[in-house]
Amino acid sequence: MFIYILSRIGQAVPVILTVTFIAFAMFAYVGDPVTIMLGQDYTEEQRQALIEALGLDQPFFVQYARFVANAVRGEFGLSYRLGRPVLSLIAERLPATLELSLVAAALALLVGVPMGVFTGLYRESWLSRAFLVFSLVGVSLPTFLIGILLILVFAVILGWLPSFGRGEVVVFGWWSTGLLTASGLKALILPSITLGLFQMTLIMRLVRAEMLEVLRTDYIKFARARGLSNRAVHFGHALKNTLVPVITITGLQLGAIVAFAIVTETVFQWPGMGLLFIQSVGYADIPVMSAYLMLIALMFVSINLIVDLLYYAVDPRLRVDRGRLGRTGV
Amino acid sequence: MSAAPRSPGRLARLLDSDIAYSFLHSPVALPSALVALLCIGGALLAPWIAPHDPFDLAGLNLLDAFTPPVFMPEGRLGFLLGTDDQGRDLLSTIMHGARISLLVGFSAVLFAMTLGVAIGLLAGYVGGSLDAVLMRIADIKLTFPTILIALLIDGVVRAALPRELHDRVALPVVIFSIGFANWVQFARTVRGSTLVEKNKEYVQAARVIGLHPLRIMASHVLPNVLGPVLVIATLNLGFAILAEATLSFLGVGVPPTQPSLGTLIRIGNDFLFSGEWWITVFPGLALVTMVLSINLLGDWLRDALNPKLR
Repeated sequence: MFIYILSRIGQAVPVILTVTFIAFAMFAYVGDPVTIMLGQDYTEEQRQALIEALGLDQPFFVQYARFVANAVRGEFGLSYRLGRPVLSLIAERLPATLELSLVAAALALLVGVPMGVFTGLYRESWLSRAFLVFSLVGVSLPTFLIGILLILVFAVILGWLPSFGRGEVVVFGWWSTGLLTASGLKALILPSITLGLFQMTLIMRLVRAEMLEVLRTDYIKFARARGLSNRAVHFGHALKNTLVPVITITGLQLGAIVAFAIVTETVFQWPGMGLLFIQSVGYADIPVMSAYLMLIALMFVSINLIVDLLYYAVDPRLRVDRGRLGRTGV
Repeated sequence: MSAAPRSPGRLARLLDSDIAYSFLHSPVALPSALVALLCIGGALLAPWIAPHDPFDLAGLNLLDAFTPPVFMPEGRLGFLLGTDDQGRDLLSTIMHGARISLLVGFSAVLFAMTLGVAIGLLAGYVGGSLDAVLMRIADIKLTFPTILIALLIDGVVRAALPRELHDRVALPVVIFSIGFANWVQFARTVRGSTLVEKNKEYVQAARVIGLHPLRIMASHVLPNVLGPVLVIATLNLGFAILAEATLSFLGVGVPPTQPSLGTLIRIGNDFLFSGEWWITVFPGLALVTMVLSINLLGDWLRDALNPKLR
């Protein structure tokens, strides 16, 4: 177990290092931060002073080491566009994005898994076919178009739900939440459906395929032969064994959800990190872009790590194999 | 690949093959191929068959702006799908937009395919530490979603180049960023089949007669690993078109002077609240129809070429 965790962490480190390197290269070589930060009028002394203050006269690896050290402490510099520390900009918007992503993921799971189980159990029913067609359309519709269509129907034509923003938020310390007010909850409905729909269809197809596979196995036949109820067979035996790949995919998709939140946040003007990022791309605001890149990389790598560990906890076979491998010293 | 060498002409042989049989007997393949052909044909021939020229400023009349589609009470026969805010005929702009979307999609897939196949061949044939490094890079790349990589590349180019220059290179940049975000799948597949092929006798024979490794890779191994690549390319085309539309919707894709379907949807999005829904909905519908038919075709091709499913 310990060796397994160590090897997973060992694989994560090069990824993080590569990403910080790319982020640093962007930071140091794209555009000229000195000219941008000084603005229109400056003297040569001011310029030299700033170059020294930023450490741009140092050798490459010293600069890189300093960049990484600063990043670890959470210092990503000032935003070119807003002139404020990048860290506080991101911290302000992090809760909005996380809330949206988690609600979307929960929605995808809570709807996708039952739909997958149903289509797996009753393959021939018309409802299953309808679900499958729906999933095909869900895959071919781009996220932004789903958002626009939902806005058109529920905000413009029916006028039931708000089309932009987060509604009223309640602030606890540095965390702001829209989950506790009626308007916040209402504002969350359309964006979370938009963001979760693709994942929902993905999970549905996955659960269906796994269910079909599991239902053919001998232990299911044995469970039926023992006279267990359908309910016990379907949920106690079959569904339980489909969950391993579902956990993996959902975990990995959580990263994709956070990334696709960029699109959803743009459609719904949701004040999250994604909207901040897209505005930064438009203005070539490199500090924000490189900080966002590193943050996302860290998030992705930790999610992958957690998924690997969960996998290990859920699937006993993996434990036995790994244990053997460990003992023989491979 | 499966047609037996017989005396009749090529067409007869093609019609007799498994692929043709599967194509003619699948409930999905023929209709989606027709729809895809219609979309692609309409897009490619846009300059000649579109009812109006949306980029001819002299032909535009602001009085025509916001004309609803023809089936609505205020619709006019000259503008089947209505007009946008500048009085451009929507059907024509959609046809021209689809042209850009397809151009970017095809080029991006071609670029991803070339890069991926080259890397996969090298990694598989040479092996050793080169293989390890290339596949490690592929792993790292896979950690990030395509759209994020494409956005980053676009953002960096935007920062590095002055504005006028940027608008001129925007199209190649979009193609590069989408293509670069998608090479891994090609590389992995080709590497896998190359590992199998390289130990076969014909490759060993080529090696024995002293051919240069590059020559062996290009003219002996390559033709034998291309089958699955074509399937991946088809499935990737729909995806690349969606990626381009998403980038253009976010405002970082193709320049506004050459609007793609994504750009049209973005422009129309501003008029959603004032009731001019058609400016968004029709380009969106065109995009979905095109991508759905290409995806269905790709799905069919994958199943038809998969010997396990026969």
